[in-house]
Parts: sequence; C-alpha cells; structure tokens
Amino acid sequence: MASSFSRVLSSKRNIGILSLVGGSVTAGFLLHREHVSAGAAVRRRYPASAEYPDLRKHNNCMASHLTPAIYSKLCDKATPNGYMLDQAIQTGVDNPGHPFIKTVGMVAGDEESYEVFADLLDPVIKERHNGYDPTTMKHPTDLDSSKIQSGHFDERYVLSSRVRTGRSIRGLSLPPACTRAERREVERVVVDALAGLKGDLSGRYYSLTQMTEKEQQQLIDDHFLFDKPVSPLLTCAGMARDWPDARGIWHNNEKTFLIWINEEDHTRVISMERGGNMRRVFERFCRGLKEVERLIQERGWEFMWNERLGYILTCPSNLGTGLRAGVHVKLPLLSKDARFSKILDNLRLQKRGTGGVDTAAVGGVFDISNLDRLGHSEVQLVQTVIDGVNYLIECEKRLERGQDIKVPPPLKQFK
Amino acid sequence: AQGAAMPFGNTHNQLKMKYTPEQEFPDLSKHNNHMAKVLTPELYERLRSKQTPSGFTLDDIIQTGVDNPGHPFVMTVGCVAGDEETYDVFKDLLDPVIQDRHGGYKPTDKHKTDLNADHLKGGDDLDPNYVLSCRVRTGRSIRGFCLPPHCSRGERRAVEKLSTEALASLSGDLKGKYYALKNMTEAEQQQLIDDHFLFDKPVSPLLLASGMARDWPDARGIWHNDNKTFLVWVNEEDHLRVISMQKGGNMKEVFSRFCDGLTKIETLFKERGHVFMWNEHLGYVLTCPSNLGTGLRGGVHVKLPNMSKHAKFEDILKKLKLQKRGTGGVDTAAVGGIFDISNADRLGFSEVELVQMVVDGVKLLIEMEKKLEKGQPIDDLIPAAK
Repeated sequence: MASSFSRVLSSKRNIGILSLVGGSVTAGFLLHREHVSAGAAVRRRYPASAEYPDLRKHNNCMASHLTPAIYSKLCDKATPNGYMLDQAIQTGVDNPGHPFIKTVGMVAGDEESYEVFADLLDPVIKERHNGYDPTTMKHPTDLDSSKIQSGHFDERYVLSSRVRTGRSIRGLSLPPACTRAERREVERVVVDALAGLKGDLSGRYYSLTQMTEKEQQQLIDDHFLFDKPVSPLLTCAGMARDWPDARGIWHNNEKTFLIWINEEDHTRVISMERGGNMRRVFERFCRGLKEVERLIQERGWEFMWNERLGYILTCPSNLGTGLRAGVHVKLPLLSKDARFSKILDNLRLQKRGTGGVDTAAVGGVFDISNLDRLGHSEVQLVQTVIDGVNYLIECEKRLERGQDIKVPPPLKQFK
Repeated sequence: AQGAAMPFGNTHNQLKMKYTPEQEFPDLSKHNNHMAKVLTPELYERLRSKQTPSGFTLDDIIQTGVDNPGHPFVMTVGCVAGDEETYDVFKDLLDPVIQDRHGGYKPTDKHKTDLNADHLKGGDDLDPNYVLSCRVRTGRSIRGFCLPPHCSRGERRAVEKLSTEALASLSGDLKGKYYALKNMTEAEQQQLIDDHFLFDKPVSPLLLASGMARDWPDARGIWHNDNKTFLVWVNEEDHLRVISMQKGGNMKEVFSRFCDGLTKIETLFKERGHVFMWNEHLGYVLTCPSNLGTGLRGGVHVKLPNMSKHAKFEDILKKLKLQKRGTGGVDTAAVGGIFDISNADRLGFSEVELVQMVVDGVKLLIEMEKKLEKGQPIDDLIPAAK
C-alpha cells in the first residue's frame, strides 16, 4: 500500500507539517502530544479503503458512481477554499434514498468543486441530466423571451404561472461550505444590487433576522416566506448552519418578482403571477435577471457560469439553466387516466402537488413543470412547458367531451 | 503555522481568516446557552485562528450553540469537543462554560474518581413498592481518537472494532453479544426495542447540528450481556456509553456491576494498548462538557404521586442535588406519577459520592411520600441545602 503520508503531501495544497499515523486499523499507532510541534496537524489517518462509505443500501446518483477507486483518487483533494470530497458526499451517505426516487446525493461547496471532483460529478451529472456529457457538450444559455411562441394559457384550467432559477455569486463559497462572513457578503452584494431595480421591479428586502411579526405573517399569506430547511437532504449538507443569519426575502411591490437569499443557493429568483400568462411571467423573469446581473457587474461581481455546465448552483440537479417553469393546472380527468404519466414523460414534464416538491395534488390541481435543466436553453425549456401544458389542456377538454386522447411521441433528447 | 485542509469539519479555518473577526462573529443576540453567555467578540478574535492537532476549530465547537439558540427556561451547553485536546486548546472558552455548568468548578480544581462500590453505604434495599428500577450510566472515550462530532468513518470504525473486541472478552455475569446497527435482523431489532435497549439515530437538533449523526448507522451498535443487566452503546453521542440496570430497588448491586464492568473493560482496553481519556482536572473526557468528570447519571424510576404534587418538590430535589425527568429520559414527561430521579451533578464529586446522593435522597423522598399518603406533614423532613 502506498504510504498515506506521501499521497497526502503530493495532493493537498497549503499544508504545513502533517504528521500521519498510517498502518492498519488494528495496529493502533499513537503519537503522544509531546512529540508534536504546536500547530502541526496530527490525525490518525486510515487508508481510503477504511474510510470508504458503506453504500450497499443506497440508491442515489452519488452512490451509483462513487467507486472505491474514485474515492481513493479524490479523498485527499481539496478545492482552493479547502472543501473536500467527504463534505460533498455527506448528504448522500446520510440519506440512502428511496427505492423509487433517485436523489443526487451530493452537493458542491464552491465553483471549483465541479472541477476538483469532476471524476465523480461528471458521471453524476450525465446520469441526472439524461445523458448530457459535460466532458464533450456545451450548454446553451438563452434569456431572449421574445422568441417564445404563444404562452397565454386557457385560464379555465391554468390557475397560476411561475418560473424560477438560481444564481450564485462568483468568488464566494456556496451554502454547504460558506462561512458566516461569506454568507453575509452574499446578502450585502445582492441586496445592494436589488435596491437599484426600478419601475415594476422596484421592491424591498425583508431580512429573516429582523422581520417583524406582521411582516412575517404577510409573507406567509403571500406564500413567499421560506422556512429553515427540515429536509435531511439539505440539513446533512450543512446549508442550514447559522440559521437565520444573512437569510432573507426580497420582492417587488407588485409581488410578481421574488428573490430568496441564502437558502439552498446564494439566490433563487422567481417570477410569478396568477392566471395563465406564462409569456409575461417569462418576460419579466428574463428582464429581471438581466437587470440584476447588470447591477452586480457594476459593483465588480458576476454570476458563476461556464460553457460546460451553464449556471453553477449548489445541487448538480440545478445546473445549466437551474430553471423550473411551471403552472398550477386543473386536470381532474386526465390525472385519473392510466396514460397520464406516460404523456408527461414524453412531453418532458413532471408533476408535483401544489405545495411543491414532495407534496400531493389537491382537488385535481397539479403543479406541472419541465423535467430538464441542463443541455437546453431557458427559451427551449419554457417553450416545452408551454407546448406541453397546451397539449394537456387539450387532452382534458377531449376527455370532458368523452373523446379519446393520444399519447404524444417522445420529444427528442441528446444523442 | 499553516494548517492542513480540514477533512471533517463543515467550516474552513483558513478561508475564514480572510475576513475580520467582526464579520465572522455569530449573531447571539437571541441566544440563551452557556456558550453564548461566555463567547464575547474579543474571545472569538483570540481563539478563531487556533485549531486542535486534529484540526477542530472554534466554529466547529460552537456550531450547535449557534444553530440552537436555546430555551428561555432550560440552559443548554451550546458547545462540544471534537477531541481530547479541545478542552485544552480552547480552555479560554470551555473553562468558563464548565464553571457555569458545573456549579462553580474552577480551572484549578481537581476531580476525584472513585469506582470502588464497597464505599457505597447501603443502597441495596430501596423500597420496591416505590422504586421500580435502578440504573447507572456513564460514558468513556478512547484516547487518540477524535470524538463523534469530528471523527472520520475510519476512526469511528476503529473505535467500534476495538470496543467490540474488548467486550467480546468479558465473561461470567458480563458475557454478552454485540449487535451492529447496520447488520441487525428485524427480530433482533424488535427484541432490543422491547428490552428498551435500542437507540435511534439522534433527532435532537442539539446533537445533529454538531455533526455526530454523520454516516448513520455506520459503526454504531449495542452490546449487552446475556442477563440484560449491562449494556454498552457504541458511537452514539460518545465513543462508549456504559449502562448497568435492573428492575427493583437494589442500587448497590447495579452500582457494583457498573464499577466491576467498567474496570474490566478498562483493563481489556489497556491490554490492547489503549486507555480512556482522563485527566486530574476534568476526570473522564466526553463529547459534551455537561458530561465531564464522572459522566455519571445514577437514577431510579420511582412512584411519587403525592410528592410530585407538593409545592416544595422542586426545592427539595434541588437541596438533595437531584433532578427529575419523565420515564422516557431527558425531555419527556412523567407518566402515572412515576419519575426518573437522578443526580444533578457530574463533575467535582466522585462516582461513589454521586450514587450515595441518589440512594440517600431517594430514601428520603420515599419517607416523605409515605407520610403524605397518610396525610401527615413533611416539613420536619425537609433537609437544609447541601
């Protein structure tokens, strides 16, 4: 077995004297404190095989791709900020997953995670994003809302329309890894920029630590308030540390453009309104995003983005566009049809309950949104939702009239 | 000196040093725990560049206290140790926390360890009409290994292996079996639940926020003797939690087995080249500062339906240096007038002294209960403060 000592020295950056205790688990070597110079790190180190997580009962993308060989190669590597593999995979180790739902099982602690841990993240990304290969493909970004065709739904069926994404501030660590000062810096940079929004986008920030009871109630009534995460998928990744420090909600006065600060990502940007005017929702979304980007650039900041992965966010599932465009739509008949799931699948759509992810549909009203995030542009994804939802409404109408419906052919994916 | 990148914490010490102490100092304005009372911005500035030899930092210590502001009526500790050296490197924070938590215990005080059960006077005859069961628990940490908030999977597995090997050598009344959490069968699991032995993955945010539930259930398990009177938890909140228990009122027997078992386990570890974390000042070193010293909680489940309704119940318990809990343990309610009564102290008194307090105190409480049953007053029985 190669000496742990030399392997660590060769692969870590910024190390001082690092005394290692190698050997097998049962040998039990021990260095007494007196023999160690002040400031040097002493750790009972084990070979990668002794540290490799037990993933036999696991069903998530990380577990599917983290072989002992990849673990061994990556376990001593650190990003420039000091983020390491064990931290990135902790959420997937702690949450084995569900036999029917495959979670991602890992997060990024900073932009560089996607490079330093590419040997694991690239296959995870490829599996999660239906064959998108980050080593060979480029992701298209397109926020030109004028390209959208149609996009005003029948409001007897569509109750509301919403588009969300996330944006990360380059140079600052992501929520699983950020320090309190970094998180506060994210808040400062974003709130400062948002104060520059004008017209229908002008609005106000509500810090979670300072909001009054009245403000809190109003935000709850508007369905804007986000809570401290309770899902172990998120808490195990460390993104709820120091709650509610530097967390908050900004929204415009018209309550149609909303930004969450320091929840699962640096920012989540949401455009929404009642009714079926998805076209207008997306127009405001694009305009708002571009304006915020311009405002932070004026102050010397930019969003994390690259050609390979598009917009960089905490969870690999949100790479690319990070975009989920959806509607609340009444489909009581269609939802009972045995072909409903297949239709959604072929249209590249997914259903959720009206409480969002992990909730049940109430009164035949579903949240229908795009499945994909990466490898298709924002315009393409929103168009997919528009075309798809129109098709679903057509099906519902046909079923109302006692007519039969057809399962559409599947939309093209990557080669 | 430059520190190595830290593999096991959720914070990065070198990265933080780019920001000023003011920018990093946690907002503790709504907090009520021992850590928040002690941690000033000046102290934060002094300590934030330090780390223990294994890389545990101030922010790691306090994360649980930052994430859990506490309760206006119950004062939590708000900090944990990641290794033995934490208590030394960060003494400027932990000494005042310890002093506050352990009744004024000073940094210069020495702690007495006494695991000789012969020194306990009486305790073999607590009235079984009132005392349903007796139990004594403590914890032990294996020197040289990081503690649950900080340990790697490899270390935790090594602790499990060492512990199970040592326990496998116990014989006679202490002979038993280990049940690894991740390998147990459904039947074994149900039996352990029925015996009230099985521990679950922690759900308390106090524990979760410190990182001690990582990788659950890897390297966690329960060992118990065939008689089901001696039980060891491996890698829950501490490396080892050691529990002696039985139905009835014979605390002396429970404590004898406790001392005997602990001493034997310690010998078995020594034979394998390992010792427990212990020093003259803090006694046995455990993850939570509240469990330093003896780490001992000796208690009974006792029927006190009349006493518990008496206006002076809390006051009497305080004078006897006892505390009450519900029969589900910490944070549960009493059911049917049955209380869990145990010693309130951990540090600054020996094991024998603490169990003596429980024995003497419970005897007195039962005397009072009997008087109240007959409608007689108990004022002449109420002790002066110890």
